[in-house]
Amino acid sequence: MGKKPYQKKEDYFVSGHRACHGCGMALAVRHILRATGKEVIVVTPTGCLETFSSPYGFSPWRVPWIHHLFENGPSVASGVAAALKAQKQDSVRVLVIGGDGSTFDIGFGALSGMLEREDDVLYICVDNGAYMNTGGQRSGATPLFSSTTTEPAGKASMGKRQIKKDLPAIVAAHGIPYVATASSAYLRDLREKVKKAMTYHGSRYIQIDTPCPSVWGFPSDQTLEIGRLGVQCGLVPLFEMEEGQIKTIRKIKQKIPVESYLKPQKRFRHLFAGKGGSEALRQIQALADRNIEKFGLLN
Amino acid sequence: MSVVEGSEAVAMAIKACRPQVVSAYPISPQTHIVENLAKMVADGELDAQYVRVESEFSAASVVSGASATGSRAYTASSSQGLLLMTEVIYASAGMRLPFVITGVNRTISAPISIQVDHQDTMSLRDSGIIQLYVESVQEAYDTHIAAFKIAEDPKISLPVMVCMDGWILTHSYESVAYMGQEEIDRFLSPFEPEHFLDIKNPKSWGSYADDNVLMEFKYAVHQAMQDGKQRIREIFKELSLLTGRDYRGLVEAYRTEDADTIVIALGSVSGTVKESVDDLRSEGHQIGMVKIRCYRPFPFEDIWEAIKGARRIAVLDANISMGSEGAVGMDLKAKLYGLKNAPLLVDFIAGLGGREINKRALRNILQQLDTVGKKPPFLKEPNWVGLNPTLFP
Ligand code: SF4
Repeated sequence: MGKKPYQKKEDYFVSGHRACHGCGMALAVRHILRATGKEVIVVTPTGCLETFSSPYGFSPWRVPWIHHLFENGPSVASGVAAALKAQKQDSVRVLVIGGDGSTFDIGFGALSGMLEREDDVLYICVDNGAYMNTGGQRSGATPLFSSTTTEPAGKASMGKRQIKKDLPAIVAAHGIPYVATASSAYLRDLREKVKKAMTYHGSRYIQIDTPCPSVWGFPSDQTLEIGRLGVQCGLVPLFEMEEGQIKTIRKIKQKIPVESYLKPQKRFRHLFAGKGGSEALRQIQALADRNIEKFGLLN
Repeated sequence: MSVVEGSEAVAMAIKACRPQVVSAYPISPQTHIVENLAKMVADGELDAQYVRVESEFSAASVVSGASATGSRAYTASSSQGLLLMTEVIYASAGMRLPFVITGVNRTISAPISIQVDHQDTMSLRDSGIIQLYVESVQEAYDTHIAAFKIAEDPKISLPVMVCMDGWILTHSYESVAYMGQEEIDRFLSPFEPEHFLDIKNPKSWGSYADDNVLMEFKYAVHQAMQDGKQRIREIFKELSLLTGRDYRGLVEAYRTEDADTIVIALGSVSGTVKESVDDLRSEGHQIGMVKIRCYRPFPFEDIWEAIKGARRIAVLDANISMGSEGAVGMDLKAKLYGLKNAPLLVDFIAGLGGREINKRALRNILQQLDTVGKKPPFLKEPNWVGLNPTLFP
């Protein structure tokens, strides 16, 4: 006695989907909708989330949800927002939840158009750093030296040659009121950011690091741990920008080497196998150090 | 009656239909339509959300999203813009989203050109969008008003594209009789779909479907088109009663009753063909024409009614399916195959990129029909009207 009885949270993303065990994205989406509540219409471009959440006849979505195409999530959402405005349904909010392929690559033009128009949409990118529902091909969000099926590591290659596109910065350059990064491993932080974003009108953007056990290659009970290591080593900085200014930063406890994050993942296995790996690891560590410096993650 | 530019007449029709969402991206010769609508919104004459998008791809996506949310939505495009919308239009038809697009006909690159032909809209013929072609500015005005009623009919629920020839119709001035707002409101009730994105009744749209059910979805779209023909006929009949202008049928038969030879055409060239028919009739030729008003769904029954007594048919196709023939010619041949007493049908590719089709060209077509009519024509088809042979060594 004394302890409050367990209260089941009202969920709007429930069972009935087909995500892999331990999918960080499915977890993130459940918490996104806990934060928004049910007065939302969700647009999801083609991608892992769409594929696993909409087998015809089954739906985990307890809010109105639409999938249209791969590259038009932002503009479909603009249409939904315009219709709601025309119908004077001011309390209903619009959400896009799309993967990194649709956000960083194929839908980038539509996203930029939506941001520039300041349409009243919260755009959330659930970012697993590659095209997962087609088997793990490289995207503009794929991190440096990750091995993907279209840019695999091999005798003559260390995998992806470029750094991840800095989308939060590009999005922020549109002058929108709220930009944030979050992680499936920090769910309370994630919910608070979504809640904060919902207090704004106009275009807002949140990018969530969602570990993918299947393609990153780690055991499916390690999702939270892998996500946490990504944040703690500095490769996944968590911050909020309001009105163009960095407002909050999630500090890291102590600097841990990037190896502890990369080593448990199959997509980085080649970095630990041969000689070239140490130089690659040095470059990745430099990226983490740069983040630690730039965002002041440590102090 | 007012003398107005075609684009303005279209904008007036759209305004009177009270769209709630309009999206716009510029491309010639479509621009005057959305510019007129923008001015109406700016002047407070049209109460609509006007979304200035960054591409035609998004223009179509915005009207899709708005339509799925239960709002009446409209956009217009042309040529490359329509091609850029292609993926969106296929998906919107699959999701049964009933918005209206004006497809201002213009040729497709390369070479880049802004002149008229039907290559752009014909490229969308398999997408599930209903296609209505118009001959005059008046017809463009009237047809747009019918278009929303057709699109939003619960039995149909598909996007509709009104196809009008660029420049020839959009930029010419004609006298147009506008309808009164009250009449239009009586004809076209507000858009109240049974299914839409509704927080009180959440549903999932655009789901993933495999071989267990996908084919049934496609069948449903096809059936909506097929069964829709009767609804479209009825709506056009209502439009005739309302306007006092003749919109009976999905096709218009002109002097076909006793015709031995019939020319089939779509769009603004129909006027020229009708005049030629009159000229040739006065010289003793038994000739008529059929104008296809509704191209998708394909109204073969109606065409057959008009052509079944004729001996030979010339189809004017302002488009070409590269490596085969013109789209309308192919459609008709497929339907005529195996029919008893099917007339001889010859496909002519005419008017690509704005190449003029005048009365002389039509006389040439008739002459060609005389020669090909004597031997099997299909070996050399299609016939290209007015091609300049000196450019080919
Ligand atoms: S492939 Fe990855 S992102 Fe997709 S459902 Fe599986 S775990 Fe989730």
